[in-house]
Amino acid sequence: MNWASLTEFLAMGGRGAFVWGSYGITLLCVLLELWFLKQGRRQGLRALWRRQQIDVDEAAAMPASQERS
Amino acid sequence: MNLFHYASPQTFYPLAGRLVPVFAVLAALLAVAGLYLGFFVAPTDAQQGEVYRIIFIHVPAAWMSMFIYLVMAFWSAVGLIFNTRLSHMMTRALAPTGALFCFVALWTGALWGKPTWGTYWVWDARLTSQLLLQFLYFGYLALVHAIEDPRRADRAGAIIALVGAVNVPVIYFSVQWWNTLHQGASVSLTKAPSMASTMLLGMLLMALASWAYTIAVCLTRVRGIMLERERRTDWAMAEIARAGAATGAHA
Repeated sequence: MNWASLTEFLAMGGRGAFVWGSYGITLLCVLLELWFLKQGRRQGLRALWRRQQIDVDEAAAMPASQERS
Repeated sequence: MNLFHYASPQTFYPLAGRLVPVFAVLAALLAVAGLYLGFFVAPTDAQQGEVYRIIFIHVPAAWMSMFIYLVMAFWSAVGLIFNTRLSHMMTRALAPTGALFCFVALWTGALWGKPTWGTYWVWDARLTSQLLLQFLYFGYLALVHAIEDPRRADRAGAIIALVGAVNVPVIYFSVQWWNTLHQGASVSLTKAPSMASTMLLGMLLMALASWAYTIAVCLTRVRGIMLERERRTDWAMAEIARAGAATGAHA
């Protein structure tokens, strides 16, 4: 074990700002990527599903309109 | 078994879906183990004190940023030669994660440089070529998003990926070819590593965690791209109907 206390751990031998600045931004980048990935997947699926529903509706409406003409 | 069996989107999509949670869990476990070793087991560095602990993200991120670019170049070459759809989708799925690791390598490098070299940034060979890699990633992403037609975007992107790959060995060997502030490779295949074994193990665990993370994220991303591109095929339509309804969308 390298650290006698939490304060010592956070201080990182006086270089805490550099160490935690590195780890903090890295964590932030990873979380942002995961969040965007999740949002992208959800929105992409939803958009594809809507487009598909429109196609299905049009296909269903097709024979009816042909009968009328 | 036919090697090309999994090269078809229809079979790759469900396979990728099963692999994602495996690699996600693996990434988390490896990262926890690597960070534990890095912070609680690895000793204080005799010269640098505690600030060297940035190495546990800096080196894996830098490796990953170079490696992902090479994989993108590989898939681009495969895509251009064999005209396989999946290859270009892989290139696209990898690019954002490669850009992320490249940024992390630059950022952590700057924060490591200040206390050890006295400066956040110098225009030397290693740092400048790594910055160029960042711009190659951004250039690739901007280009493929700017071109509407996916096939043309794929081909244009593939050319950037292939041409830019020349920069990767330049980054890697820059510390040998030129005088630079950046230290030489800590780990190489030809000589014993120049660091304590617990430091090395922690770093390797973090590198493996980065690999697993990249695989999980890129497989998820490639599945989205696949579904979008294959939306007119039967399998994709069935999947959209199944998964799309689950998002709670209303037409």
